[in-house]
Amino acid sequence: MESDKQASQEGGKRQRVQANMVKVFIMGKPHVVPEHATIMRAIEHAGHQIIRGAGCREGFCGACATIYRLPGDFKLYTGLACTTLVKEGMSLTMIPSVPMEKTVYDLEKLKPNVNTILEVYPVTFRCVACGTCTKACPQKLPVMDYIQAAMRGDIAAVADMSFDCVACGLCALRCPAELIQHEVGILCKRLTGRYLRKESKELDDRLTEVRSRQYDAEYAELMEMDTSVLSKLYYGRDIEP
Amino acid sequence: MYPDYLAETLKAVERTRPARLELAMSGQPVYPPMNADERKDVLSKYHPDFAAGAKRPVRVGPNRGEDITTEVADMLEAHSMIEPKLMDIHLREPDYETDLLIIGGGGAGCWASIMAMRNGVKSLIATKLRMGDANTMMSEGGMQAAVSKTDSPTRHYLDAIGGGHFENIPELVRVLTEDAPDVVRDLENLGVIWDKMDDGAMQVLHGGGTSRKRMVSCRDLIGATIMRTLMDEVKNHPDMISVREFEPAVELILDENGHCAGAVLYSLDTEQFLTVKAKSTIITTGGFGRLHIRGFATTNHYGATGDGLVIGYRAGAQLKFMDSVQYHPTGAVFPEQIAGFLITEKIRGAGGQPLNKFGELFVFPREPRDIESAAIIRECSADRNNGVDTFVGRTGVWLDSPLIDMIHGDGYTRHQFPGMCRQFDRFGIDIVKQPMLVYPSLHYQNGGIGINERCETNIPGLYVAGEASGGVHGRNRLMGNSVLDYNVFGRRAGQYASEYAKSAKIVGKLNVDHVAAHAAELERENITTDLVSPLILPSYTPDDVKIQQMARLGNIPARHSMLRSRLASS
Repeated sequence: MESDKQASQEGGKRQRVQANMVKVFIMGKPHVVPEHATIMRAIEHAGHQIIRGAGCREGFCGACATIYRLPGDFKLYTGLACTTLVKEGMSLTMIPSVPMEKTVYDLEKLKPNVNTILEVYPVTFRCVACGTCTKACPQKLPVMDYIQAAMRGDIAAVADMSFDCVACGLCALRCPAELIQHEVGILCKRLTGRYLRKESKELDDRLTEVRSRQYDAEYAELMEMDTSVLSKLYYGRDIEP
Repeated sequence: MYPDYLAETLKAVERTRPARLELAMSGQPVYPPMNADERKDVLSKYHPDFAAGAKRPVRVGPNRGEDITTEVADMLEAHSMIEPKLMDIHLREPDYETDLLIIGGGGAGCWASIMAMRNGVKSLIATKLRMGDANTMMSEGGMQAAVSKTDSPTRHYLDAIGGGHFENIPELVRVLTEDAPDVVRDLENLGVIWDKMDDGAMQVLHGGGTSRKRMVSCRDLIGATIMRTLMDEVKNHPDMISVREFEPAVELILDENGHCAGAVLYSLDTEQFLTVKAKSTIITTGGFGRLHIRGFATTNHYGATGDGLVIGYRAGAQLKFMDSVQYHPTGAVFPEQIAGFLITEKIRGAGGQPLNKFGELFVFPREPRDIESAAIIRECSADRNNGVDTFVGRTGVWLDSPLIDMIHGDGYTRHQFPGMCRQFDRFGIDIVKQPMLVYPSLHYQNGGIGINERCETNIPGLYVAGEASGGVHGRNRLMGNSVLDYNVFGRRAGQYASEYAKSAKIVGKLNVDHVAAHAAELERENITTDLVSPLILPSYTPDDVKIQQMARLGNIPARHSMLRSRLASS
């Protein structure tokens, strides 16, 4: 027990606190959960073991797309369960999986222009510019704007605006024109990385050095070195400001 | 928004900032880096690895008698999920057959399948959650690669091996550092958008323990950028790569010569045990943060329960450096909802500074991670008591992020750290104007299954890559070397395991005899335990709910093994 206590102190925790509670409806069923909980923690507090609907738990992976309503409010809200806090009366459900078809393509055969969008994701051009996708985005990205950029063939702008997309699919689920916005984002990011950036000359030079085995002798010397010599070399090395 | 009771210490940070900024702009070190003796002292007194009860000798298996992190030893001495006798029919008639089985769909696993595909070999990725639900997805700050003129792969070697206290396996560090420039180019060809200068040169920054600016990045979302690129490429080859999601491996399968010949998968949806027959197998299951070692919050993803260690160990694979754990110096402390979340080291790489409650810098901001973490724990410990306490009973130090815009110019933080800004904006904290409160968080499994530079283990036909492997980092990994690790070794594992699969012959019957042998060993050692491993998922079910779930009659399996895991100890 003493070592448990020590361990929790190391872990930066000193005492427990009593939380205020709120009532939420998880898939229609009422549960009382701590008010500071995220939707994900609330579901777990209610006794569920989440199988589908949790990945990174920190807002990067997009596994936990959730829809909810609040009392006295007609709106259907969207959010990530891992970073959205519960509210009194919230009625929520997680979306275990978002059905969609990713187009199979060969990046080496594509060009970074509007024809590629037409060819790979023709549905993109059904966009009616209603802005529902932008409203649905839990990352607050300008989704409609990047779809409009895709329709103009401005691939780099799509990449820039969709950079932080977590591919939760909420935009696509809410889209009345049935687009798959986040897949367009990924396509444009790959096109940008592959075709629209200046190549690094320094990197080319380094690759030539490595491929011509230029570092073999230095490596051999370091790998043979006695720890005390290596340690002296390490602690004495200069550090770039 | 920070609560009022933190106003005074926040003011102290602002008061000391002009002088700290001046020193930072002068090009001098902002605080003297520790020498070898100082490092040793702070580690032995404050690093959690050295606390009483942190490790113990494991009583079964290939590393029997060696010290292993206690929570890991508990997993290695737990029961298997399967009854070997009931597996016979499925071993005779496997559910899936493939040339190459890849266990784990993170960065290393996806790379392995892409390399196998390039080598003309078909593979099957079996993964616990969705493809890409992995620590790879969450890495923020960057990847080390010696790409700038003033740097070299051998300098990278020296930094990595010094950061690992000279214990890393030299051959592994060599390929790690020597393959790095090629990884940068290969990823760019797949469509990763690197941060670059106007002339196309890679943007490089410092990380903890680097002697040259070597951190290449994708804003502060390197992991998500690489992971989504690799996943998309995997999905572009459905004829060569098949994927089974929500089907984690729970045991390996061997042939009559003791060569690895596949694995037993457990479908989380249907609770079936499924068998895969494969000519070669790669474990890319990642690390163990969700074991919450020593009660620490973790930066890791939901499935990081060290499954690969357990199944490899039961089949006879040797573990290396499994007595050490990496705590990331800067996990979030406030607000409570994001406690433990990763605050990227790139913040310190760009000039952010850790400060105590008086606004004083107490350590060089870019020490290797174990040193930096131990220094922060020391500052908050009863010996110094200079931590900032929050109302829920956590403690931490300030990470002064506003310095970054002051050093690099307005707008730099918002452009370079969109992920971090968003994380704190949600709670009304603007990290361009105010510091973050941080404390070390359980981050990385330094050790793992021993490999050589071809990713081979001591079991023929079994390969390991990424965080699940041990030896690359010794007992301490530097920032940016794990992103590099899964790229370098994921590629290598795919290359060599697919080569092996081309000529490998599976001899005789498939079997899981090692599982029965493990059960017999537990009995022989008089080990009684209620734990079942691999853990698969951690349980965050409150104890009162769990107790009622455990009222189930007899030995009928609970819905998932994690429900049978222990009640919380406190």
